[in-house]
Amino acid sequence: MKRYSVFAVAREALRDHMGWERAWASPEPKKKYDVIIVGAGGHGLATAYYLGRNFGITNVAVLEKGWLGGGNTGRNTTIIRSNYLQDPSAAIYEKSRSLYETLSQDLNYNIMFSPRGVIMLAQTEHEVRGYKRTAQANALQGVTTEFISPARVKEIVPIINLDGPRYPVLGGLYQARGGTARHDAVAWGYARACSAMGMHILQKCEVTGISREGGRVTGVTTNRGDIGCDKLGIVVAGHSGHLADMAGFRLPIESVALQALVSEPIKPCMDCVVMANTVHGYMSQSDKGEMVIGGGTDGYNNYTQRGSFHHIEETVRALIETFPMVARLKMLRQWGGIVDVTGDRSPILSKTPVDGIFINCGWGTGGFKAIPGSGWGFAELMAKGHSPLCDEFGLDRFYQGRFIDESVAAGVAH
Amino acid sequence: MLILTCPCCGVTGEETEFHQGGEAHLKRFGPGSSDDDFHTYMFAKENPKGAHFERWRHNNGCGKWFIMARDTVTLEVYGTYPAQTHEPPKNIRDAITAKRPGWTWRDFA
Amino acid sequence: MSTRLATGGRLLDRSRTQDFTFNGKRMRGHPGDTLASALLANDQMLVGRSFKYHRPRGIVASGAEEPNALVGLGEGARFEPNQRATTTEIFDGLNAISQNHWPSLEADIGALNSWVARFLPAGFYYKMFMHPRPFWKHVYEPFIRQSAGLGKVPNPGDPDRYEHFHFFCDVAVIGGGVAGLQAALAAAEAGAKVLLMEQTAHWGGRAPVDGGDVDGQPVADWISATLAKLQDMPHVTLRNRCMGAGVYDHGYLLGYERVSDHAPGFDAPRHRLWRIRAGQIVTATGAIERPLSFAGNDIPGVMLASAIRDYAVNYGVSIGDRTVVVTNNDDAYRTAITLKKFGLEIPAILDARQSGGGALADEARGLGIRVETGKGIASVKGGKRVRGVAICAQAGEGAVLEEISCDAVAMSGGWSPVVHLWSHCGGRLIWDEGAAHFRPDPANPPRGANGEGFVIAAGSANGATNLKNVLADAHAAGQAAARATGHAPASGAAPQGTGDDEAPIAPVWLMPQGARYGLRMKSWLDYQNDVKVSDIQLAAREGYESVEHAKRYTTLGMATDQGKLSNINGLAILSDALGQPIPQTGTTTFRPPYTPISLSAIAGAARGPIFQPVRKTPMHGWHEANGADFEPVGQWRRPYCFPRGEEGRHEAVTREIRQTRESVGLLDASTLGKIIVKGPDAGRFLDMLYTGMMSTLKPGKCRYGLMCNENGFLMDDGVVVRLDEETFLCHTTTGGAEAIHGQMEDWLQCEWWDWKVYTANVTEHYAQVAVAGPKARALLQKLSNDDLSAEALPFMGWTEVVVAGVRARIYRISFTGELSFELAVPASRGRALWEALMAAGEEFGVMPYGTEAMHVMRAEKGFIMIGDETDGTVIPQDLGLDWAISKKKEDYIGKRAQERSHMADPNRWKLVGLETLGGEVLPDGAYATAPGHNANGQRNTQGRVTSSYHSPTLGRGIAMGLVRHGPDRMGEVLEFPTLDGGILKARIVDPIFYDKDGEKQNV
Repeated sequence: MKRYSVFAVAREALRDHMGWERAWASPEPKKKYDVIIVGAGGHGLATAYYLGRNFGITNVAVLEKGWLGGGNTGRNTTIIRSNYLQDPSAAIYEKSRSLYETLSQDLNYNIMFSPRGVIMLAQTEHEVRGYKRTAQANALQGVTTEFISPARVKEIVPIINLDGPRYPVLGGLYQARGGTARHDAVAWGYARACSAMGMHILQKCEVTGISREGGRVTGVTTNRGDIGCDKLGIVVAGHSGHLADMAGFRLPIESVALQALVSEPIKPCMDCVVMANTVHGYMSQSDKGEMVIGGGTDGYNNYTQRGSFHHIEETVRALIETFPMVARLKMLRQWGGIVDVTGDRSPILSKTPVDGIFINCGWGTGGFKAIPGSGWGFAELMAKGHSPLCDEFGLDRFYQGRFIDESVAAGVAH
Repeated sequence: MLILTCPCCGVTGEETEFHQGGEAHLKRFGPGSSDDDFHTYMFAKENPKGAHFERWRHNNGCGKWFIMARDTVTLEVYGTYPAQTHEPPKNIRDAITAKRPGWTWRDFA
Repeated sequence: MSTRLATGGRLLDRSRTQDFTFNGKRMRGHPGDTLASALLANDQMLVGRSFKYHRPRGIVASGAEEPNALVGLGEGARFEPNQRATTTEIFDGLNAISQNHWPSLEADIGALNSWVARFLPAGFYYKMFMHPRPFWKHVYEPFIRQSAGLGKVPNPGDPDRYEHFHFFCDVAVIGGGVAGLQAALAAAEAGAKVLLMEQTAHWGGRAPVDGGDVDGQPVADWISATLAKLQDMPHVTLRNRCMGAGVYDHGYLLGYERVSDHAPGFDAPRHRLWRIRAGQIVTATGAIERPLSFAGNDIPGVMLASAIRDYAVNYGVSIGDRTVVVTNNDDAYRTAITLKKFGLEIPAILDARQSGGGALADEARGLGIRVETGKGIASVKGGKRVRGVAICAQAGEGAVLEEISCDAVAMSGGWSPVVHLWSHCGGRLIWDEGAAHFRPDPANPPRGANGEGFVIAAGSANGATNLKNVLADAHAAGQAAARATGHAPASGAAPQGTGDDEAPIAPVWLMPQGARYGLRMKSWLDYQNDVKVSDIQLAAREGYESVEHAKRYTTLGMATDQGKLSNINGLAILSDALGQPIPQTGTTTFRPPYTPISLSAIAGAARGPIFQPVRKTPMHGWHEANGADFEPVGQWRRPYCFPRGEEGRHEAVTREIRQTRESVGLLDASTLGKIIVKGPDAGRFLDMLYTGMMSTLKPGKCRYGLMCNENGFLMDDGVVVRLDEETFLCHTTTGGAEAIHGQMEDWLQCEWWDWKVYTANVTEHYAQVAVAGPKARALLQKLSNDDLSAEALPFMGWTEVVVAGVRARIYRISFTGELSFELAVPASRGRALWEALMAAGEEFGVMPYGTEAMHVMRAEKGFIMIGDETDGTVIPQDLGLDWAISKKKEDYIGKRAQERSHMADPNRWKLVGLETLGGEVLPDGAYATAPGHNANGQRNTQGRVTSSYHSPTLGRGIAMGLVRHGPDRMGEVLEFPTLDGGILKARIVDPIFYDKDGEKQNV
């Protein structure tokens, strides 16, 4: 793999950019791999990458029915933070956030991690108490956060309105090293690094069946033929239930649409991510200048990647109250993604009833921020059978009543 | 934005008149049931790509709960019926079969 | 130079003028002008700068597809960035500014980027700016953000009004061109209720510009006649300046009406969002002309051929004196012919087709215009405007055959049907090889709730070409829509339009077809985002082969025009690079809205005070008048405290608690949920809902109850009152009323539907006042002749009394630990009762107390608070509430869940009191540490604070918390790290800090 650098760009400029290699290869499937990952989204690709990097397992294929990074990786609002309340969540999200810090350098691909800070607004006394508790928990978890005053919120986000007629801003939970990254680049960077290690990324390769023998996985059937494997990782947000069904088990998951929208681009006016959970709205500004706005999920099961418009209305109203200047902006584009929501709204990183099959799903509305940490932990789980980052996120917790509930501190768990 | 017809009062209205209540035709397991049964009842949802039976309440209307059979991929509505039943009526099943031959859902087909 | 012609301008009122400014320069236009036509009439070719290279940008189109002419409009709180000049009607006093440049439009320092464009190909930023690491956030990113971004930031305080409008019809027709008019007419004549929307101010679309006859009369006359017919039909609604913005599931359609953008000061909302339910939607949205990809096709003065024609015919504006036309189809000849007839020069028509054009070509030649076939443009000369073109053979690599001087270039790469609205909700497309465009696939329309298609494309939006075919197609579409909504079409054929067969288009995706790199890197696809042919080819070479990858890698089609001009050309280039047919590449997803719509219109009227209206208790007005400091609680606002004079919150709360503990205080408890549960099976039902036994409660008595969810967690608590044998009144928390009532109905209707129980949520029917404190009885007895003694009304009893002349239910319940009565009266009498209590209580110094005093007093008494001690992960057993869980019952909601291993785990954290050794107040939410770290390096913990207050009664900090094995560890000292790095030590104590034996409440 030829390294990317300013020198490489300059060199290529002089020969009309004809010398760039493919970012990732497009090979034919082999008969068998040590590990097959189904799903070439951020989580799947990161899993493959860390299998190679941390465990030397490189006889790996990542199967993707569409185009890599085309699921929720490429359609989320790119927020990265780790100020979660519960220990297992804080552990995996903080691992992830810290990996994001150096991911551009690790992958030699600029994923534009921008630690511009994330503020979660407290707009009721109840939220104030919840976020103060989170700050206390974070201090013990090694996550740097602070509860800040309304005046400080205004200082960081001058366009905010502290005295909305309905919900005043009473403070905020601030994580200065949270931020955003370029979502597509995360998938592309991992894909390029995986390909460089000799892994196969097989796009337009749809899994139609999972073969088992004696309770153990032996391979998959795809539209590009049967492919064998020793271990199978299912990492297919939005379609997890469908794949689990093929493997013969059921998941505590429901799939719903989550919507987002962007405004037309404007000059920089907000160098921070703001989340207002009471009114279900969150906003940041992309490097292109668009205001990136996320909203709530629909209540009904849905695989259409479209949502109901009244959620957009609610989100926009909330944001006009919180950031009055957006009233004079226009919506450029709205879209939806399908998110898997579990029984406690926390993810599942787990062994399954079938030997050799592992599942990574249920990230709900908050998966993008977890990509490196999820890949790191899930690779360890697949390689070694357990991982401190994943052990609490097993399927067994729903039988035991041992939930990891993040809605405790905040209404929405983005 | 879905449009729903309440089988109890007959009103056809916007989704915003209604409240979604999750999967229908669940069998409740209480004290004395096995861990597996209780887990299935609470968490192991069908979540199908296709026909889905789900509970809705006409909460900004007559207040009644009812069940809707809806396709999660096309959003086609196969019909609605009152919640006081353990299984979908035949006309609804037939409507689904016409569109999705060979479908199954828990014990229904 | 571009200028106003002496003739032409069918949309103008030349008898009047309107003054406006552009970048402060005074200019003049006529009513009927768009900002774009008026700018061109004033020779303002340069209107903006592109996103990436800050290239000079001129107007390229005449409608909604315009990517370049974006301006900031208005001033102060009405300033709005990124307005398209081509869809902005001018008015007197309009102020526009151009965007994305510094220091000025003419001399933009950012244009330096253009000089180094060779070093900034698609995706360059993914390959650099990685070292040193902090530089991305602090150096590179700020620089990129500043140079990107287009428009200026608007200001807060938008003073305009916006509204929503609900509309129901059989058939909604989008687009008021000839196709839309005819489709609407055909549907209306069948009896369907029809809505016809047109995004511009004018009806008829482009047909009057292109000409032709319908049923023997000029098309413009036919448009007027048809419009008049529709206006006379009572079941037809017509709206211009109203765009079909988005098509959503189950036939939901959004319309975006710009009511008064063109007439500021007019007393009307600015925008109106139409929420439409239509049985059928007809998309008669026309087609958009495609640019051609040749070097320098972005230089101001290079425009769509149709746009140049529009400006001449509609606005009497010429772009230049000498216009070179370059095309791959017959339509662009119309521009040449039109301009020639205006007396302008056409140095040449360059037709890339070897075989040339049809009848229109002959007509052009007849006018003496030079027509060159098989030729194209090698490059355009000029910087901020066109100076000339170099001609080459289309089949070659760009060797220059001749240079022609000109000041405008009219280009046409063919027409793409506007399929956006068809596609928003899942309508599929097919590639029409002959016409070289994607058009709707009638076999795969968007499908509605009944599984049937609900969108029909009509006219050129459906791929129809000339007037004849468009009208026939639209007529059929209108009839089909009527039929689908149950209306039999009237007999009668479609009107007959003229329509000559044109010579077929030849797809030309790159000009010349073998253009070398130097030309390809100057052949623009996306003008706003600066994406060129070479960028798409680079993406393909690097493996970004999916159309979505190519789009995202190069930003093609991601600008504010969403690729209306660039997408098809881009994916054709991509297909060519990949060596695959265009349909295999496919399109990116079309998402709403069709063009950007204002966020304010989406919000509608629900802004400011009516954004989530506040629920108010009957006493709310009194609280406001008496200086209450409110906090939001659910949809309510409740007084946090009632500060007096200069008092802070803490002082006020302290005073309210002292007064209540020492004498008497009043709490407005009206927000508490109140649900009537009635029927022969009411007791049995409540036994399932509550953990405790409610069926054994005697009429006249009250009992505290806990409600769990089926997952075992404690969700709500409150006092249940048995009103009579068959009737219970269940109190819930303030936030819980609606949800609990909903759940009750859920269980009753969906699980135990044979049980005879009715419920009713009567929360707002009653005002409720807590009268608490040692003098509570004395105060009430002043206002009532009924016996309120402990014998007549013991603790946890209730009765009906008359207080201050109002019939009231009075409950002997206490959340403060004091002697306490709660009075419930009809809501309408609440304020009178409250005022009577305040007046009668004067001798006792009575004061209202707020939620915070309530919280402190309940914590002093060791009462749990839902939301503080519980957070959705706590079960009653954690809180020492086993006494409120019936052991006799076989079942209640949550019981099975609580048997699971983790919930029965003896290591669960349990409720205790916490007392700091130094009397300090523990921080909210603080954790008690345990030795060591876990496997993930996090500090081990063994408990946490759930409530923490300064107790004025005890004069020190008190707290409640959950601690592992807590109740067994009384007297042990725990360490609570504080956020400033210190440690507070606290002893585990009984959670009841005040009046452990209940002597005060039970008197």
